[in-house]
Amino acid sequence: MNYLDKLENNSIYILREAYSQFSNLCMLWSIGKDSTVLLWLARKAFFGNVPFPLVHIDTTYKISEMVAYRDKLALEWKLDMVYGTNVEALEKQQTFPQGGTNRIDCCRNLKTDALKNTVNGSGVRYRLNHQTGSYEQEKNPQPFTGVIVGLRADEEGSRSKERYFSPRNKKNDWQIGEQPPEFWNQFNTDFPLGTHVRVHPLLDWTELDVWKYILREQIPVTSLYFNQGQGLRYRSLGCYPCTFPVESQARTVEEIVEELEKGKFANIAERSGRAQDAEDGGGLEELRKGGYM
Amino acid sequence: MQRDDLNIVIVGHVDHGKSTIIGRLLADTGSLPQGKLEQVQEQCQRNSKVFEYAFLLDALKDERSQGITIDSARCFFQTTKRRYMILDAPGHLEFLKNMVTGAARAQAALLVIDASEGIQENSKRHLYLLSMLGIEQIAVLVNKMDLFNYSQAKFQGLVNLYKEFMKKLNLQATAFLPVSGREGDNIAYSSDKLQWYQGRTVLEELDNFTSKKLPTGSPFRLPVQGVYKFTENQDNRRIIAGTIVSGQLTVGEDVVFYPSLKKSKVKSIEGFNGEKLTTRTAGYATGFTLEKQIYVRRGEIVALEKELAPEIAAKIKVSLFWLGKLPLEKQKNYFLKIGTQKVGMQLEDISQVIDTSELIYDQRDYVETNEAAQCILKLDREIAFDPVEINQETGRFVIVDNYQIAGGGIIHQGIQEKENLFFSQGKVTYQERCQHLKQKGLVVWFTGLSGAGKSSIAVEVERELLAQGRAAYRLDGDNLRLGLNSDLKFSQADRVENIRRVAEVAALFQDAGLIVLVCCISPHNFMREFARKRVGEEAFLEVYVQAALDTCISRDTKGLYQKALRGEIADFTGISSLYEEPKNPELILSTDKLSIEESKEEVLKAVIARCF
Repeated sequence: MNYLDKLENNSIYILREAYSQFSNLCMLWSIGKDSTVLLWLARKAFFGNVPFPLVHIDTTYKISEMVAYRDKLALEWKLDMVYGTNVEALEKQQTFPQGGTNRIDCCRNLKTDALKNTVNGSGVRYRLNHQTGSYEQEKNPQPFTGVIVGLRADEEGSRSKERYFSPRNKKNDWQIGEQPPEFWNQFNTDFPLGTHVRVHPLLDWTELDVWKYILREQIPVTSLYFNQGQGLRYRSLGCYPCTFPVESQARTVEEIVEELEKGKFANIAERSGRAQDAEDGGGLEELRKGGYM
Repeated sequence: MQRDDLNIVIVGHVDHGKSTIIGRLLADTGSLPQGKLEQVQEQCQRNSKVFEYAFLLDALKDERSQGITIDSARCFFQTTKRRYMILDAPGHLEFLKNMVTGAARAQAALLVIDASEGIQENSKRHLYLLSMLGIEQIAVLVNKMDLFNYSQAKFQGLVNLYKEFMKKLNLQATAFLPVSGREGDNIAYSSDKLQWYQGRTVLEELDNFTSKKLPTGSPFRLPVQGVYKFTENQDNRRIIAGTIVSGQLTVGEDVVFYPSLKKSKVKSIEGFNGEKLTTRTAGYATGFTLEKQIYVRRGEIVALEKELAPEIAAKIKVSLFWLGKLPLEKQKNYFLKIGTQKVGMQLEDISQVIDTSELIYDQRDYVETNEAAQCILKLDREIAFDPVEINQETGRFVIVDNYQIAGGGIIHQGIQEKENLFFSQGKVTYQERCQHLKQKGLVVWFTGLSGAGKSSIAVEVERELLAQGRAAYRLDGDNLRLGLNSDLKFSQADRVENIRRVAEVAALFQDAGLIVLVCCISPHNFMREFARKRVGEEAFLEVYVQAALDTCISRDTKGLYQKALRGEIADFTGISSLYEEPKNPELILSTDKLSIEESKEEVLKAVIARCF
């Protein structure tokens, strides 16, 4: 077994543990490369099936290719696709840059709050109807008690402190010093009513591992990651007002792996193209304590 | 070339400089993201703080303001030899549970001791936990040598003290290294300030650790994670899913589920895109279907019918450590989780409580936060497991108290309350028999390849012991196969049964007060561990008779190698089946170098030390 095999098999173990422990489980799919790898792993874990819904938080500021790619794969892989939106904040224009808020508050409104309300069932949720190919508003959205998320420890400081199974209380708080221990493939899967648990199967993967795995498995990813001829590509995907492409010639997955391993990005952090990180004092801790992924 | 990978944990008392050492290691090997060093340096300047390498790791704001590590952060780095994940464990007593979380995932540890503060509470406590967590490779770094002008005497003094403590726990360090994290001495580069030191740098020490091999040679074990049938997607397979923790599974094999004891045969091993596999080994998250459909559930352990069976018990003897806020106490309900089983549990009895820092043993009926204990746990129903000496993966558990993992431990043995079976107690004790024979009983277990010299040595040892008036008897694996074991052949299952019987007979003879000389290839660790457990640690002497395979082939006293090489003998150890070298034998005899006479003397010395 090489280390990519080890990472893969460990992630599958975690996914299966999550599936056995939560009756109301979902997986967040941001359409980015990490959560797409996660989706791939889920299909492996369950022998070609994905036995839980995939949830996308649509800020409406997502780059349009992302949504098209989402719906294409959802239909092709027969995914139970759900998306949620903070309708209220959008109506009141509490956004950046059109509205009156800064980047951090915009993230809080359109991502953190939207996520919170989508997960607990109080927000507006839409579900893909495979017969018609279009989305319908859910009449009676139920809360999810387990949420699988594709975050990685190497992304930035606070994420390196996460557990594989991380309980969040009713207020969605993350109490870092108080996290229960986790060892020997045993996780904290018991929890009082009202809390939900975040599950992180990709915690030990690095950005390079993700790309190497995409290469090995031939996983389809959105074209935004590749240089389309202008010498620009996205290294990390988010909302267009806050995510900037990087200068790069990489047109294929092979070239991205090469670039990360030996080329210009070998020593530059992945999220350096995300403006909200800088605004939060170099880390995402404040955002993440409040529930940001 | 395929590069290796290894997880390392760095432990030790608070403020002894763990994060600084890692920060240094990352910076000096060019492993930091571009701009990170400058960013943190600039932040320090802005807040009029002196820059420290530890700030690179203590990325959280809480930590930067208090200067301590709260949780185990992980970071990645690589050398030409392998890729590392380094877990930075907190040294604060309050955060011991986070230290355990980090350390449990490591295969080797760096333990840091501050030269000025010396050995502190967590320098000792962390070591104890490492040994419970099963981490065998530990390098000790004596840090802040710059404060003592890199004095060799200061270093040696600390090393001697710590060695003494390690000895009490039966542990040995792989190395002791003098370093200065702040100055970068002996971290990534050797230092001219430490000219008296000839050993490795921290970086070299890391590369010197060995990676743990997956236990593919042990008996097959797969804790069932779930039984899947996704009919809504027109998928009619009924798949038993789980990760293989040891051994290997092949299509067509007879499997047994424990503790339900239900049996079936493997029909197929399932892959992702419908690909079919014929075999899968330890480490793989896999799934298989059965020939005959039986009702099995998550939690059971799958084993092969032909191999050593797991144990089943509802009462277990364990060693554990407790991290919960509330003490572990009797008459309270907990959950025990082992593999994928979860069962209600109560504490039945404590034989001793251990202060893991001072190694003070106490007798009381509760275990407090951060203490360790040896206890008996009573479970609501029977579980399947292996004693940890036989299989680490299926021999360790966690305890859940009020929704949270609050402790962990290892199982030494199951306690059977066998109905209608009673041990018939006589009027003569083992001690009396020993007095009568003027010796203690002992099992000397010779293991090694065919032709390594096991029997030749044992014959001479037996001759000499009798000449000295001792009571000894030789149990030769080949001889037993002519009588007691004549119904057994050489299948894997029969080999396991063969060893089981030899171990049982050896244990009886030992109890009779004899010095028993067992000669058996016994190629697997689990076989020898079974014998050791059956006989008892205090009366078991494992002798590894070692000779290169080529030597054994050239000796070929029984002509068996020639046959095996011609393919006339299936599964011949060394040729077509694996010999696992013993992990910790009491004695190694290299017969490439030693004569039979010299080997005999070595064995006699060891026997005399134990028996008389």
